[in-house]
Amino acid sequence: MWRYEKRLQHPVNITTPNPQLAQFIASQYGGPDGEIAASMRYLSQRYAMPYDIGKAVLTDVGTEELAHMEMIAAIIHQLTKGLTAEQIAASGLGPYYIDHTNGIWPQAAGGVPFNACEFQSKGDPITDLFECLAAEQKARTTYDNILRVVSDPEVCDPIRFLREREIVHFQRFGEALRSVQDHLDSRNFYALNPAFDNPALTDTGTAACA
Amino acid sequence: MNENCLQLLNVIDQASFAMDDVLLFLDTHPCDQQAFNYYQNVARTRREAMDAYQSACGPLTAETVNSAGGYWSWIQGPWPWEGGR
Repeated sequence: MWRYEKRLQHPVNITTPNPQLAQFIASQYGGPDGEIAASMRYLSQRYAMPYDIGKAVLTDVGTEELAHMEMIAAIIHQLTKGLTAEQIAASGLGPYYIDHTNGIWPQAAGGVPFNACEFQSKGDPITDLFECLAAEQKARTTYDNILRVVSDPEVCDPIRFLREREIVHFQRFGEALRSVQDHLDSRNFYALNPAFDNPALTDTGTAACA
Repeated sequence: MNENCLQLLNVIDQASFAMDDVLLFLDTHPCDQQAFNYYQNVARTRREAMDAYQSACGPLTAETVNSAGGYWSWIQGPWPWEGGR
């Protein structure tokens, strides 16, 4: 169950609209490595995760990604606020404006609409966690690409925050992967899929600290 | 899960759903004092049941984890999708 907090995870206060930047940054809403795909990936993958640490990390990172989705939407909203149709048409955001006006809709920077094929939920905890690790790196690269073309410090600030979270999530997913591997055959992590081949699994984690 | 915890969770489920439902009603009827009073009442019921549940049965939110024993019990199952009630 989720409840909404009426605040952003990190403040977004952009005072100068910029439709071209809005088009670029929209990719982190509904693009191939965007925040919607991230959240849907982790919150879908957790059901096949047999271990405590993995379940907690997928749930809690998946939840944080919902907050990132809201930050990206706030950035796009503020970057397009108050623009005239002429300004938008001259910027490259014209086709988006024709279909969505200034509404927020999930698409990649190049206009490809969001779809569930942006992420996978494979039902194998090792496969899934490697996908999580790759996803965090891909999102970090996208934020790097965005930062190279942004000069407005009001836009840089929340984008830098989001970029740093990708790095922290990558770290946590790496630790979650290691904790999964600790339950497996150390000579062959791929001897079985722990979510499918041994469902009678009883050891789902340790409930004490050394 | 023991009988007391099951009962408390049942109260939380009912009060929480009452809040979810009246929240939407208040969104479209922001001047309805009766609805607001009802919301306050079920919110209090929820708060009390949440406090009782979380001290006796375990955390429902990470914020209320009691880490007695030095262990972050948030990660302990059963998780909601595991039918652990």
